[in-house]
Amino acid sequence: MRLLDEPIDFTPQPGNAGPVWSGRAADGAELQRFAIAAHRAGGRLAALWGADERQRGGGFGLHCVFGLDAGHAWVRLELPAKNPAYLDLAGIFPAANRMQRAARDLVGIHFEGGPGGGDARPWLRHGAWPADWFPLRHDAGPADDFPNPPSDYAFVQVGGEGAHEVPVGPIHAGTIEPGHFRFSVIGERVLRLEQRFGYAHKGIEKLFIGSSIADGARLAGRISGDSTCAYAWAYAAAVETACGTNPPPRALMLRALMLERERVANHLGDLGALGNDAGLAFGLSQFMRLKEDWLRLHGTLFGHRFMMDRIVPGGTALDLDAPALRAIIDQCDVIGREVKALRKIYDEHAGLQDRFQTTGAMDADLAREWSMTGLAARATGMILDARVHRQGYTPPPPYAALGVRPATDVRGDVAARVEVRFDEVFESLRLLREIAVGLPDSEVCVDIVPVADAHGLGVVEGWRGEVLVGVALDGAGRLARVHPHDPSWQAWQALEHAVMKDIVPDFPLINKSFNLAYSGHDL
Amino acid sequence: MSISGLFWQIFAIVMALALAPLLTGWVNQCRAWLQNRSAPPLLQPYYMLHKLFHKDVVLAHGASTLFRSVPVAVFGCMLLACAIIPTLSTDLPFAPAADTIALVGVFSLARIFISLAAMDVGTSFGALGGRREMLVGFLAEPALLMVIFTTAMISQSTSVVTIVETLAHRDFVIYPSLAFAGIAFTFVSFAENARVPIDNPATHLELTMIHEAMILEYSGRHLALIEWAASLKLYAYSCLGLALFFPWGIAEGNSIGGLLLAIPVLLAKLTVGGGLLAVIETINAKVRIFRAPEFLGTAFLLAVLGLLVRLMLETRV
Repeated sequence: MRLLDEPIDFTPQPGNAGPVWSGRAADGAELQRFAIAAHRAGGRLAALWGADERQRGGGFGLHCVFGLDAGHAWVRLELPAKNPAYLDLAGIFPAANRMQRAARDLVGIHFEGGPGGGDARPWLRHGAWPADWFPLRHDAGPADDFPNPPSDYAFVQVGGEGAHEVPVGPIHAGTIEPGHFRFSVIGERVLRLEQRFGYAHKGIEKLFIGSSIADGARLAGRISGDSTCAYAWAYAAAVETACGTNPPPRALMLRALMLERERVANHLGDLGALGNDAGLAFGLSQFMRLKEDWLRLHGTLFGHRFMMDRIVPGGTALDLDAPALRAIIDQCDVIGREVKALRKIYDEHAGLQDRFQTTGAMDADLAREWSMTGLAARATGMILDARVHRQGYTPPPPYAALGVRPATDVRGDVAARVEVRFDEVFESLRLLREIAVGLPDSEVCVDIVPVADAHGLGVVEGWRGEVLVGVALDGAGRLARVHPHDPSWQAWQALEHAVMKDIVPDFPLINKSFNLAYSGHDL
Repeated sequence: MSISGLFWQIFAIVMALALAPLLTGWVNQCRAWLQNRSAPPLLQPYYMLHKLFHKDVVLAHGASTLFRSVPVAVFGCMLLACAIIPTLSTDLPFAPAADTIALVGVFSLARIFISLAAMDVGTSFGALGGRREMLVGFLAEPALLMVIFTTAMISQSTSVVTIVETLAHRDFVIYPSLAFAGIAFTFVSFAENARVPIDNPATHLELTMIHEAMILEYSGRHLALIEWAASLKLYAYSCLGLALFFPWGIAEGNSIGGLLLAIPVLLAKLTVGGGLLAVIETINAKVRIFRAPEFLGTAFLLAVLGLLVRLMLETRV
């Protein structure tokens, strides 16, 4: 079939990992034309990565996933083994900039030409390995002997009377993950923010290569600790699609239960931290108390406070009995009551609302321009949620049957992101009750039989946004390439623009209201 | 200057040195309780000072003599302030050294020193904190002066001792002007002591800091002195506020009985005051930094209103 009237033949991905069509572009120009058509149709760039496919007889592969109204279009472009290059897509989807640079750093596929393109700076490579060595090539060899001299990075300079730079990080005063933020300011006003990440790069994608499916599942669950269920599910969905396995209905419901619990846990923590960052420490201690209760029930029912390794390819690693489901429903009632009371305090606190409102405002156009997904995009009024029915889009099971109501706000500021979090907490509590009551009877796990040279894409609406995992299996049924994609890739870049009208001391609050991933981004 | 006067003067200074961290610890404890957290020990600030005094100093490469001497200077300023504010007795041999206007000057001096030190090393956070501190300072000082003028007009003197004697030991009279001045003074104290809603002493977000941003480069005994000075400043402001607006219980002479009564009265007043500070800090969020001028502008307005009320209603022509 054709999408967007472009001459690429797509085939729908089997299984129930969400509506995905995969196709192959004949050349870079065809890919670029498809990207332009996707952009014109209001689509977004969901992910972009490179793969070394020379062992399978080809050259290199460029993988682009476009988010369209009806689902995802996964376009592959084969690149020659010698001088692999393609046309820059950053002029069409600006969010492609960092993904393309990461693909160049890791796989050695180059992009050239195009408006606004040709950014020659590395992204994930901080000088720990030389520019002509690519860790994700299968013939790269061991990486331990390279000298690691301090490397320079050409930040965009802002000139003019009184303009100066404030560098922040990668080591911060608080205990948070490493990232560098270069502010160009006049007084307190932010003229420009440029980020530099990659400090948390640990070679996760390299570790996937050659692993078994089961080992890959454990690794996928550790990409980003706060999103372990989302990653584990997306990975499992991709593997199940590749291997033609359908997980049993009870397992799908249990996965949704875990994902919603993960969402609630993170939203509770964020809501507390947002109060704290505005100087209301009371909010932090209250919400942390609730989050702690929430996580302790994970420990009791799932054997792990973050539910790691409980979602596995083929289903789930555990089942819940009736008393466990009763405990979940009871906790939903308690937490729902308490959050309702706290929401009233937040909503009516003049000082807090003064800090939240109009701070870090962005509109839907900016979110669309940067291909954003997730709660920050929904806070600009976009109804973009992989769990929610849209015109022409049916969410994958079990969400199709659950009827998720999306939480949106049109203001796009910190206050909006707080409101969306509150709304999503209540919606997730409702879903949890519904799941716990209507859990179908079936087994919870089926065996996975690896299929040689298969591939699959898993899409899950994590608490930050859309988590994608692309999986390719090799001839022996082991993992040839796994690319986990965090929604933060897009959202970090949008954040640079969301802070431009604001002042330096408001940045921590704005940043916390997005709460984007470092580990999941740097891989 | 009597020997006993000198003794009680020195006693008051030693008490300030000893009590100031306790007041900080008490406020922190109250804050923790109000936020449903389990509180740190009351003596935590002393443990902190002890730890810092035993740590090595790490100095930035570009640090000048100024950077090293500022902790001592700031500490000295706060000590002087504590010496001339009547805490137990109004018979203070050091008090003639500075009147209330000079007292405001002493606080300014400390501010200028610490802002210079913040910029000395040349980090962006130091300059950021320094300039924010000056913004807060130049708005807070006029308000503080207006508050002091109101009290000075009542007592016809700018000497702290005379003001307190006048207010504490005449027949009980209600001064509406003092109500305005008292609220204005409270506003100024929050700003000057880097408390919520102007600054957040507990924050780890370097971009939002004011006071903390200025002292980020300090370590070891330097940091200990600065932390101690910050405690002394809170103590000095609390005692000044108590002396101006709740002066009852402060001994006028050097009678042992009066002084022995003054100590528990002061402790009781500080306990209540610290608790109130914690309550206000807990129920408020920090204001956006550009709202600080509004906050301090309100303080200035109230102080001027106090002055006008004094002139129009309380002065017999």
